[in-house]
Amino acid sequence: MIEFRDIHYSIGDKAIIKGVSFLIPEGDSLIIMGHSGSGKSTMLRLILGLAKPDRGDILVDGRSIIGIHEKEMQEIRKRIGMVFQDGALFDSLTVGENVGYYLLEHTKMKYHEIEGKVREMLQFVGLKEEIIDRLPDQLSGGMQRRVAIGRALLSTDPRIMLYDEPTTGLDPEMVFQIIRLIKRLNSEKNVTSIVVTHQIADAFEISDKFIIVDDGEIAFNGNVDEMRESKDSRVVDFLKPFRDSIANVKAREFC
Amino acid sequence: MKLIEVFAGWIKAFAYESQRLFYFSLKMIASLFGRPFYASETLEQMYLIGVGSLFFVMLTGISAGQAMAVQFSNELADFGSKGYLGRVMAIAIIRELGPVLAGLMVAARVASGITAELGSMKSSNQIDALIAFGINPVKKLAAPRLIALIIMVPVLTILCDVISLLGGWIIAIFIAHITSTTYWVAVKERLIFGNLFIGLAKPVVFALIIAFISCYKGFTAEGGTKGVGKATTDSVVLTSITILVSNFVVTKVVFSLIKGYL
Repeated sequence: MIEFRDIHYSIGDKAIIKGVSFLIPEGDSLIIMGHSGSGKSTMLRLILGLAKPDRGDILVDGRSIIGIHEKEMQEIRKRIGMVFQDGALFDSLTVGENVGYYLLEHTKMKYHEIEGKVREMLQFVGLKEEIIDRLPDQLSGGMQRRVAIGRALLSTDPRIMLYDEPTTGLDPEMVFQIIRLIKRLNSEKNVTSIVVTHQIADAFEISDKFIIVDDGEIAFNGNVDEMRESKDSRVVDFLKPFRDSIANVKAREFC
Repeated sequence: MKLIEVFAGWIKAFAYESQRLFYFSLKMIASLFGRPFYASETLEQMYLIGVGSLFFVMLTGISAGQAMAVQFSNELADFGSKGYLGRVMAIAIIRELGPVLAGLMVAARVASGITAELGSMKSSNQIDALIAFGINPVKKLAAPRLIALIIMVPVLTILCDVISLLGGWIIAIFIAHITSTTYWVAVKERLIFGNLFIGLAKPVVFALIIAFISCYKGFTAEGGTKGVGKATTDSVVLTSITILVSNFVVTKVVFSLIKGYL
C-alpha cells in the first residue's frame, strides 16, 4: 500500500509537486501519466526516499517514511523494486553482476549460488542465459529493461514495484514483451505497482487506474471511462492526441 | 547598482557552492569509517591512479628537472658556484616542483576521469540505483578514490622528485660539467627532515583537494551529457587552481611550524 498525503516538493524556488494525494491499495497497479517535466518521475523518487518532500506525508505499507532514519529507509527500500528510466544498469558490470548485484553486496551467498539465481531470473524475465557475461551496452534497449526488472526482483524480492517509463524508446515487439512481463509480475507475485509513462496505449494494457499529472498537480484520478468523460481542460488537452486510442478501450478488470 | 547586484549574486553562489562542497567533503571523510570496506575498489583505483599517471608524471618530471638544472647551472656559473647545483635542485624539486607537478598531472588526468565517470553514473541514474539497493554511494564510489589518491599522490610525488633529480644530474654531468659526486653530495645535504616533511605534506593536501572537488563535481553534475562535460571542465580547472593556491598556503603554514628544521 502506498499513500501520498498532500505532498509538496520543490527544487529551489520551483515547485515540482503541488499538494498531491492518492492511495494505492496492496496488490493494485496504478498508471501515472503526464507531459514531460510534469513531476511523474519525482513521485517515484519520493517513494524511494531519493528526494524529501517539503510538506505532507508518504506512507508505505501504512508506515510514514518522512523524517525516518536512513537505516530504517533502507529496510523499507528492501520491499521496493525500482526499474529506472533507461534501466540504469551499472555499465561497468556484466549482466550477471547487475542482476546479482544485491546478493553480491548484501549476502554471504557463494558465487555459484548467486549465479544459479541469476540464471533463473534471466529465464523468468525472458532472456537467454548466454547473455550473462555481456556488458549492458551490448544489449538492445528492451533487453536492458528486462535485465533491470530482473535486477529489481532479485535484489529485494519486492512487494512494491516502481517502473519509470519502462517502454519508452522501444520497438512494438519489445513494448509488448515488457508489458506482458509487468502484468505477469502483478498476477504471479501480487506486487503493488506504479508505472510512470506518457504512452497511453501501453498504459491501458497494464491497468485501468490512472492518474494524470499536470504541472505538479493531479488533474485526474480514476479509470478509463471516467477519463473519457472528464471535462477538465487539462485532461482533455493531454488526451487530445490519443482520442482514438481511448475510444476503443473500455474499463475492464486487470490482474 | 546592477553591477553590485551581479557581484553579490556571484558571492552568494560561491558561498553556497563552497558550503555544499564542505559538507560533501565531511561526508567523504565520515564514509572512511565503519563497514563495509571496499578493498577491491580501492586497489583498482590505486592501480588506475598510480600506474595510469606514472608515465605522465615521469615524463614531465624529467623534462622540468632538466630545464631547471640548465637555468640554475647558468646562473650559478656566474658566481662560480656550480657545485651548489644539487643543493638548489633538491630544495626546488622536493619542496615545490615535485609535489606541484605531480599534483597538477594527477588533477588533469584523474580529476577529469573521476568527475566524468561519476557524472555519467549520476545522469544515467546509476547512483540512485545504488541507493535503491541499500548502498551508500559516497562510501562505495568516493571513499575508495579518496584513499587511493591519499596513497598514490605522495608515491607519484616521490617518483617525480627522483626522476627530476636524475634529470638534473644528467645536465650536471653533460652541460654543467660537474662530477656526479659533487651533485649527489649536494643533493644529500638538503635531504633533511624539514624538506622531506614539506615535500610529503603537500601531496597529501593535493590528494584531498583532487578527491573532494572531483567527486563533488561528479555527484552534483546535472544536465545530461553537456552537464557532465561542464562538470568535468570545472573539476580540472578548480582542482588545478586550488592546488596552486593551496601550495602557497601550505608552504607558509609548514614553514612557520617547522622553521627550525629547514
